[in-house]
Amino acid sequence: MVYVIGVGLTQVGNHWDKSLRHLAVEAALAALEDASIEDVDYIVVANALSGVINAQENLASYVATHLGMAGTPAVKVEAAGASGGAAILLAKSLVVSGTAEKVLVVGVEKMTDYTSLEDSTSALSTFIDSEYEAFPGGTLESMHAMMMRAYMKKYGVPKEEFSHLPLLMHENASTTPHAQLRFKLKPQSYESSPVIAEPVTMLDLAPISDGAAAVVLSKDVGKESSVKIVSSGQATDTISIYRRNDLTQLPSVRAAFKRALKASQDFKPDFYVIHDYSSVMGYVEVEELGLAERGKASLLFSSGDARRDGSTPINPEGGLKARGNPVGATGVYQMAEAFLQITERAEGWQVPGAKNGLVLSVGGLGANSVVHLVRGV
Amino acid sequence: MWAYWQSVPAHWRELPARYRLEGGRCKDCGHKTLPEERVCPVCGSKNIERVALPRRGKVINYSVIWNAPRGYEYYTPYVVALIELEDGTRVFSQLTDVHPEEVKEGMEVEMVIRKTRVSGESGLIAYSYKFRPVLG
Repeated sequence: MVYVIGVGLTQVGNHWDKSLRHLAVEAALAALEDASIEDVDYIVVANALSGVINAQENLASYVATHLGMAGTPAVKVEAAGASGGAAILLAKSLVVSGTAEKVLVVGVEKMTDYTSLEDSTSALSTFIDSEYEAFPGGTLESMHAMMMRAYMKKYGVPKEEFSHLPLLMHENASTTPHAQLRFKLKPQSYESSPVIAEPVTMLDLAPISDGAAAVVLSKDVGKESSVKIVSSGQATDTISIYRRNDLTQLPSVRAAFKRALKASQDFKPDFYVIHDYSSVMGYVEVEELGLAERGKASLLFSSGDARRDGSTPINPEGGLKARGNPVGATGVYQMAEAFLQITERAEGWQVPGAKNGLVLSVGGLGANSVVHLVRGV
Repeated sequence: MWAYWQSVPAHWRELPARYRLEGGRCKDCGHKTLPEERVCPVCGSKNIERVALPRRGKVINYSVIWNAPRGYEYYTPYVVALIELEDGTRVFSQLTDVHPEEVKEGMEVEMVIRKTRVSGESGLIAYSYKFRPVLG
């Protein structure tokens, strides 16, 4: 068995006064303190863009060094937006295999050292095929745009139907202390949102974020509260969308979910943490998870069912859209937040009676997906 | 502007695809790809030959980019598209010689060679395929 026994996270936002090391150390120390331990056998760092944005690789040793833990084995995991989910999966495997008893997973991303939108767009374009998608001028956002266009066409969904996800995410984030965008949106602001890659507008997309989150995994329950990682699943898809048959589906999400369920078929989540990098991606994800019929995801968000007090709570913290998206760290935030939900420490953003959670992390446009099923003990 | 963009070999080795639209064809199942792959993504065969792909096709999906990455600001707003070539092969390309509002799904397009990325005043000027509406 593998348990999460402590978590730590920083505010998500624009940390002009903090570097990669400040963020990573702040989250890691908080997680170690939360778990009431001082040492671990392994460190797994999750990050997606430090080589591009911060001119810093060798990140595992970098984090260990600044934590005063040089000597501890460490490795970095990169899988674009799924880096955090994949890092937790690897850390779990280290525990299951007997390689380590306690593993510290630190997710960190420092995006705002690129201060212009052109440069952060270039950085995110490293998640698509460099030679055959980014070179001709494609961007990650333009891939989401094509997914949205395909979805609108196939199901006859008008553009304004995509507003329901950002509206709910902002409402949720408005009471989440560590969220980046803690304000509610007016429906009319969605309509007037600037175009990024037509038909995708700014309010369809997650913001640019800095942040770090850490979780401690252990083979034994912790001194305080613990959450069990019941089972996990992962799957990839083609990095390029032009190699896919149907842009309205995310087969890797479906496959990762199925693999996670295989080990625990009776698992019934009472809240869901999804990877809403764009509103259309969030819609397709809930359809792949079986929470909505194909083409009908907007109803889940507009009906109130996806609210914290609804029948199917989704992203109670505000999701990538409004909690923010420190890319490589996001999956670790998601796990830390699920832990805080289940241990009833999500003050202001608590889902009543949350005991079983599903956490989905996705890299690129569904190029890599990881699902973790977690339960209180 | 990344040092990688200044790499002549990084561009040069992709020229068969970028200048001549040469891809791969699986001799076992007939599936074609751009670029050429060692392994057929459909049937797994390693029996691949290089072929010239048709230079005409139609737009099956597209996006107008208003928020360009560094190095592409000059073209903004520009259109990127998913194109199905006459033989069914799919490629991703920038469109050229067209106003964004004129682009439609199903639009017939043909390949041309255009300047694609300029890396500074003294850097590499990379040309490659783009697609434009079929003339006439």
